[in-house]
Amino acid sequence: MSIKEPRYESTFHPHKFALWASLCSITMMFIGLISAYIVRYAAGNWQEFNIPSLFYISTVVLVISSFTLHKSYKSFVAEDEKSYKFLLLVSLVLGIAFVAMQTFGWFELEARGIELNGNPSGSFFYLISGLHALHILGGIAAMLVATFHAYKLPFFVSNKRRLRFDLVVSYWHFVDILWIILIVFIHVIRYIL
Amino acid sequence: MIDTKLYGDNDTDVLIKESGYDDHFHEHEHGDKYRSGFLNTYIFSMDHKIIARQFLFTGIFWALIGAGMSIIFRLQLGFPEESLAWIKPLLGKWIVIDDVTGMGTLDPQFYYALVTMHGTIIVFFVLTAGLSGTFSNLLIPLQLGARDMASPFLNMLSYWFFFMASVVMFFSLFLSTGPFSGGWTAYPPLSALPQASSGSAGGMTLWLVSLTLFVVSVLLGGINYITTVLNLRTKGMSLWRMPLTIWAFFVTAIIGLLSFPVLVSGFLMLMMDRGLETSFFLSEIFIAGQGALDYVGGSPILYQHLFWFLGHPEVYIIILPAMGLVSEVLSVHARKPIFGYKAMVFSILAIAFLSFIVWAHHMFMAGVNPFISNFFVIFTLIIAVPSAVKVFNWITTLYGGNLRLNTPMLFAIGFVSLFISGGLTGIFLGNSAIDIPLHDTYFVVAHFHIVMGIAAFFGMFAGVYHWYPKMFARFMNETLGKIHFWVTMIGAYAIFWPMHYLGMAGVPRRYYSFETFQTFKHFDVMNQFITVAAIIVFAAQILFVINFFYSMYKGKQQKTRNPWGATTLEWTTPIVAGHGNWPGNLPKVHRWAYDYGKDGIEYTPQHIPMKDGEEAGDH
Repeated sequence: MSIKEPRYESTFHPHKFALWASLCSITMMFIGLISAYIVRYAAGNWQEFNIPSLFYISTVVLVISSFTLHKSYKSFVAEDEKSYKFLLLVSLVLGIAFVAMQTFGWFELEARGIELNGNPSGSFFYLISGLHALHILGGIAAMLVATFHAYKLPFFVSNKRRLRFDLVVSYWHFVDILWIILIVFIHVIRYIL
Repeated sequence: MIDTKLYGDNDTDVLIKESGYDDHFHEHEHGDKYRSGFLNTYIFSMDHKIIARQFLFTGIFWALIGAGMSIIFRLQLGFPEESLAWIKPLLGKWIVIDDVTGMGTLDPQFYYALVTMHGTIIVFFVLTAGLSGTFSNLLIPLQLGARDMASPFLNMLSYWFFFMASVVMFFSLFLSTGPFSGGWTAYPPLSALPQASSGSAGGMTLWLVSLTLFVVSVLLGGINYITTVLNLRTKGMSLWRMPLTIWAFFVTAIIGLLSFPVLVSGFLMLMMDRGLETSFFLSEIFIAGQGALDYVGGSPILYQHLFWFLGHPEVYIIILPAMGLVSEVLSVHARKPIFGYKAMVFSILAIAFLSFIVWAHHMFMAGVNPFISNFFVIFTLIIAVPSAVKVFNWITTLYGGNLRLNTPMLFAIGFVSLFISGGLTGIFLGNSAIDIPLHDTYFVVAHFHIVMGIAAFFGMFAGVYHWYPKMFARFMNETLGKIHFWVTMIGAYAIFWPMHYLGMAGVPRRYYSFETFQTFKHFDVMNQFITVAAIIVFAAQILFVINFFYSMYKGKQQKTRNPWGATTLEWTTPIVAGHGNWPGNLPKVHRWAYDYGKDGIEYTPQHIPMKDGEEAGDH
């Protein structure tokens, strides 16, 4: 798709601007879910359960992947081909590992008797973490393309490639921060309300 | 008459060629990609001008269906004793024919489906996609001096997602169980339990699929509009020089981008309640013959919160573009600068902000805490302030103007009239105490039909008549246009004014029949009057559609580029603009969009450089 070059000299590329606009949109969707969570939580008849520790481990994995991807971008800009490729691959693997851990986390919940169609506390947890995982899958798809490019195309740094990579990194940071907010929210709400 | 020699087409060309901005667009010509073959030019077009027309045509199609539905249920309301057997060829089994008398009656279940579909279609498909989709696409690049949208590809996707939503919704009309029939707001449990009514099963599933596709379309469009406005303005087009149309589309897109995703989260929970047996919106429910269902502890009110968090901003998504179009049309045809340009912009922003914190005024009767209601009452009433600022500025723009009372101008003035009438009843309904007796009566129907239904249609008509030459290089027929206006204007009041009285007498909305209510017997004649008025107004809209398509081929041809003597950039392109809108350079902007009657000159377009010692018209 051809987003045109800006007419005004601006440091913010229209591509990136469009991405940020869509991130606002995604954020609003999760704000809707969190608000619903709070309202439903306050209404009572809410079955508390402890989040399986797998979800906390997966959080750490996701944060590390964000760091490695950021490092990879820095290496790309610094024209350090080897660490760029390697760190990108590591981030991709960590991202896939995150989704796998979430999946096993859901299995563990299920085994503990927290059903999707049981108490709303479980329904909300599955819905929010599931919807987030879908957004992670979108990020993994983007990273797959980036990794494919990294290993198939001859290495050179151009504005276009840097921008494209920048978009992937921005999105990945976003889903990372989003998950941290979600897990902290779900963990902490019982102590606040 | 406009002095066409004032800024002739050749002068414009020379000016843009000599002092325009060269963005090297035509050096790496990829115009062919957009205009190669019929398919790329007219179907999967990435040119914003074609996409605008696609939105408009689809909008007109849906408007006819949506309005036609209202005629059918109005017939039931006005003339419940008359036989509807003659519509049987169209509606089939939904008209039940009595074997003995031969009398045809409308199936009550289908009556509700008609009401529901009428609302859904008009609100989403006509007044959201048809209005802001059409004019945002047409005017944002043209009035800003851009070659196209920021992402023509996403723009194309936006239309085709809307198209898919349309196909799914259209398909749902033909289900054997009928389309969804629980009201356009789709409150659970009617929307969440497939066994709740015949339309709640397949009809509701398709409704959800259709509207989810629709939201994708709105978001893709919105991201594009915002990015284009902020990034692709031509040289000299600062934000404060943008026409009010662009401000309105820009803010509308922001509202849509922030409110529609919340609706999606509500829809997701609704889908899970329907398909995966969760209990987000369903509490303990007993159904006769089936006993207790498995749902525990959900809250239907929760859905209402999520729905109206979109639902209320949605009415501004509908009305703001109409306001923008009207501001522009009023100013051009009054030959005066818009009064209080900055106040107009700030009131748009204020309305947009307030629209997010008033949603619960739709839920005063849903058991919301009265103390919380107070909060929503106050902010609802505060919306009257920016709205009144806008009305004041429109009227002041007209005051002492050199008015051209042509069709677009008449519709723009009609918009102001309807917005005042409908807005005033909003102050009644915004008070939670007065809302208690008026809630769910015809008073509400009258209020929102005037203020956001008919008024938004008037804004759209003003836009269509005004920018028709820009879209088809011809004019619509003035005589037919004026007949269209007067019938619609008088007819709209004839339909909805009496409804205020019905509502104050307590007549509830959405009822199939009032036969059993002795209290409402004396309203029979009033209901007949409303129905007859509705049929006449509908006939006038048919006249508009005929005029629209007839003028495309036989209308008066556009001879000069700037037939209205307007100041904005869209009138500096060639009459039939190719891809990229301007053949050579882009025009540079030197002044704001409203230099009418300045220094004794009738109008000065935005691309005309300031003379020595000339002071800017905006303050």
